Amino acid sequence: MSVLFLVLPLALLVATGFVVAFIWSVRGGQLDDLDTPALRVLHDDVERTAPASGPDDPPR
Amino acid sequence: MQTAERAILRGSGSTRETEPGASVSCAHCGLAVPRGLMAPGQSLQFCCGACRTVYQAIHAEGLGAYYELRDRLPEDRAKSAPSAFSEMDDAVWRARAGRSREDGLFEADLLLEGLHCAACVWLVERTLTQTPGVKEGRLDFVRRRVHVVLDLQEAPLSGLCQRLARIGYVPHPVAQGGEEVRRREERAMMIRIGIAGAVAGNVMLIAFALYGGWFDGMTREFEGFFRWASLLISLPSMLYAAQPFYRGALGGLRNRMLHMDLPISLGVLVGFGSGIVNTVRGTGEIYFDSVATLVFLLLVGRWLQLRQQRRAAESSELILALAPASARRWQEGQFRVVPAASLGPGDRVEVLSGERIPSDGLVEEGRSSVDQSLLSGESKPLTVGPGDVVFGGTVNVEMRLVVRLTQGLAASRVGRLTELVEQAGQARAPIVTLADRIASVFILSILALSVLTFALWSVVDTSRAVDHVIALLIVTCPCALGLATPLAITAAIGKAARSGILVRSGAAIETLGRLRGGVVYFDKTGTLTLGRMVLVDWHGPEWVQRLAAIAEEGTLHPVGVALRKALRSEHEDAEVSEREVVPGGGLRVSIDGRQIVLGAPRFVDPGGHLAPLELRVKTRSWTDEALTPVWIAVDGEVVAGAAIGDALRPEAEGAIARLRAGGFTVRILSGDHAQVVRRIGAKLGLAPEDCLGDQSPEAKLEVIAASAEHQATIMVGDGVNDAAALARATVGIAVHGGAEAALSAADVFIDRPDLARVLKLIQGSRRTVSVIRGNVAFSLVYNLIGGGLAIAGLLNPLFAAVLMPFSSLTVVSNSFRFDFGGD
Repeated sequence: MSVLFLVLPLALLVATGFVVAFIWSVRGGQLDDLDTPALRVLHDDVERTAPASGPDDPPR
Repeated sequence: MQTAERAILRGSGSTRETEPGASVSCAHCGLAVPRGLMAPGQSLQFCCGACRTVYQAIHAEGLGAYYELRDRLPEDRAKSAPSAFSEMDDAVWRARAGRSREDGLFEADLLLEGLHCAACVWLVERTLTQTPGVKEGRLDFVRRRVHVVLDLQEAPLSGLCQRLARIGYVPHPVAQGGEEVRRREERAMMIRIGIAGAVAGNVMLIAFALYGGWFDGMTREFEGFFRWASLLISLPSMLYAAQPFYRGALGGLRNRMLHMDLPISLGVLVGFGSGIVNTVRGTGEIYFDSVATLVFLLLVGRWLQLRQQRRAAESSELILALAPASARRWQEGQFRVVPAASLGPGDRVEVLSGERIPSDGLVEEGRSSVDQSLLSGESKPLTVGPGDVVFGGTVNVEMRLVVRLTQGLAASRVGRLTELVEQAGQARAPIVTLADRIASVFILSILALSVLTFALWSVVDTSRAVDHVIALLIVTCPCALGLATPLAITAAIGKAARSGILVRSGAAIETLGRLRGGVVYFDKTGTLTLGRMVLVDWHGPEWVQRLAAIAEEGTLHPVGVALRKALRSEHEDAEVSEREVVPGGGLRVSIDGRQIVLGAPRFVDPGGHLAPLELRVKTRSWTDEALTPVWIAVDGEVVAGAAIGDALRPEAEGAIARLRAGGFTVRILSGDHAQVVRRIGAKLGLAPEDCLGDQSPEAKLEVIAASAEHQATIMVGDGVNDAAALARATVGIAVHGGAEAALSAADVFIDRPDLARVLKLIQGSRRTVSVIRGNVAFSLVYNLIGGGLAIAGLLNPLFAAVLMPFSSLTVVSNSFRFDFGGD
């Protein structure tokens, strides 16, 4: 049972890691809009990368 | 197929009232039908077999509404975007709508009308990324805002807006500022929720272990360890996440008000404090799990409320672009572009055809027609010449005018109107929500009961008095008020948005839902009617239609636009020459060598004896129906006549009948001539005394204010002339295609041209309110039982910990369960 003294703090450490990751994602603006990304899943990825890669070649 | 076709005809007849006689364009694709393929005697014509097949397939699938939508779009575009967004290229104006970034790019937010589904997100974002010069374009679907970053050299803002409007999403500029502050606020709230959630989950896990030990026994060593761990984990939640409640309670105390945060803060602090004491003492209850869960759930409720209020605030940030931002002023011998704000009395300005007049003034040069529907709601343009008064914000539709201004922008009629809208909004009594009303009673009772419990138990057993007070505070946590009500309202707003009804404030839903009757005032032009001139009747041979359409090519006069749209024929070239427009009369033009005179009867036939008797009789009946007659003479002979007017929306009659059946008094409040208003009212079955015409925007506001004093008053309108009335009404509803002023003044915006949605909104609101009432009733009963047990000292802490989330979950699931009345 004394293993608990070690495991509990470890588990809390992992939990803290996730909380930090969550805070990071909020600060980065990932959770500003909670509804549109769900709709964006349906889009093709083709043109998402097109503007970033420089030359705007038409998707077809 | 025969019957299907007939049904289709009837169905589309409502939107196709402009079609006189046989059509020559393909029923599916709209292209011209080759003469050889015309099916004689058929009202549906197809340009090819493929189109016929597709048309039949679409109808066979029950998707005939596609054609209605398709046919409606071009006209909507013309109405909603008359300005071509040219003001957006004005530097002064642009500075309010967006900001320049350090890298030379420009960023702005636009509110889009007409968003429906995932496909819209795709279409808008794709259109943006494919527009040269646009670096970034992200759409926030629920807030209906698109954020764009663009290079103004390559892509002017006006061009981008035109592009969006052309594909059916009319953009409205949004004022900048405050966005950053609110974003930070919302993110901070999200972080609090995250921390509170993590704490609640972890403490709960440890609590399970402790409860296990409570039943089966546990060594003191482990128990102490778990209790200290709980204390440690709870700290961030109590010290950081729960801060908004402490602040709310303190703020309430400072203002000597009982805020709902007070019992929450008390419960949290007393629970946490005694938990610490008991942890240190090593005996007694720790309440960390209950308190942490409480904080988490209440934060979620608070966050939903915050989001909902934010949306309400955002709606009033639309820029009022009633008057143009720049104007051409006469200075140093020429007309120069200056910011409209710098204009003053005495300035001479030039207004070209299709532009808005910057401020009030007198016409000095030129004759033209002015569309005053912005101020008067009247659908017919007014003819003006030298010496006539023109108002700022109205549109010059025909010829160039030079105007000597009599007022600066602020003192102009439209400037005062803007002020009036703001005042009207403030004059309205604030809506007291159900939660607000219950909260103060609720808080007082809980505080009184806590004191009572403590006093009673101090006499019986001092050591258990604190325990029982905490049990009481926790079990009576105002979850239904703090969580379920915002949830129900948020769910309702979300569901309404999915059917094209944008609700600005949750209070509007509560108010509408509580109504059991009242007065509904409708604006006429653009609300009950289509708000634009369409061809209603045609008299004469069909070959003249083609000539009339060609003659009106390029015109901006609403009558001409109506003719051109209705009579649009094959796109063949015609030789047009000697085109001469006579303001207030009509036009003369030579087409393929034939002399065409088109316009008002007294212009086409000044003597009044050339026209055939039949046409004159017809014309009299048209004028009796408040329609505008247009005669067409070819080579000196009056051969045809057309009646142009503003037609009723197809669904108006049904919607109004149902409203009246639902216990509402329906009235019309219009700026148009009283006679016209009464005639429209008669068609809808309204008594003449319920049809108020000749109402200026100021008069509309007075009518609504007087009515709202003693009864619930709903105003439905679309124009600037309705804006003050919309803001003053108990609930103001703006309908599709309205001006920005109307959008920002109203509580609700219906973004599809459909009056039936007013009914849907009222029904949905009623359901929402009954759900809220159910939630409150449930939690009151629950609190009575739980509170009673706690006061009696019978509430087992384990039992309380199980009951609390159970009650919350019940009200939460109840809030999402109901149906707002979807499509």
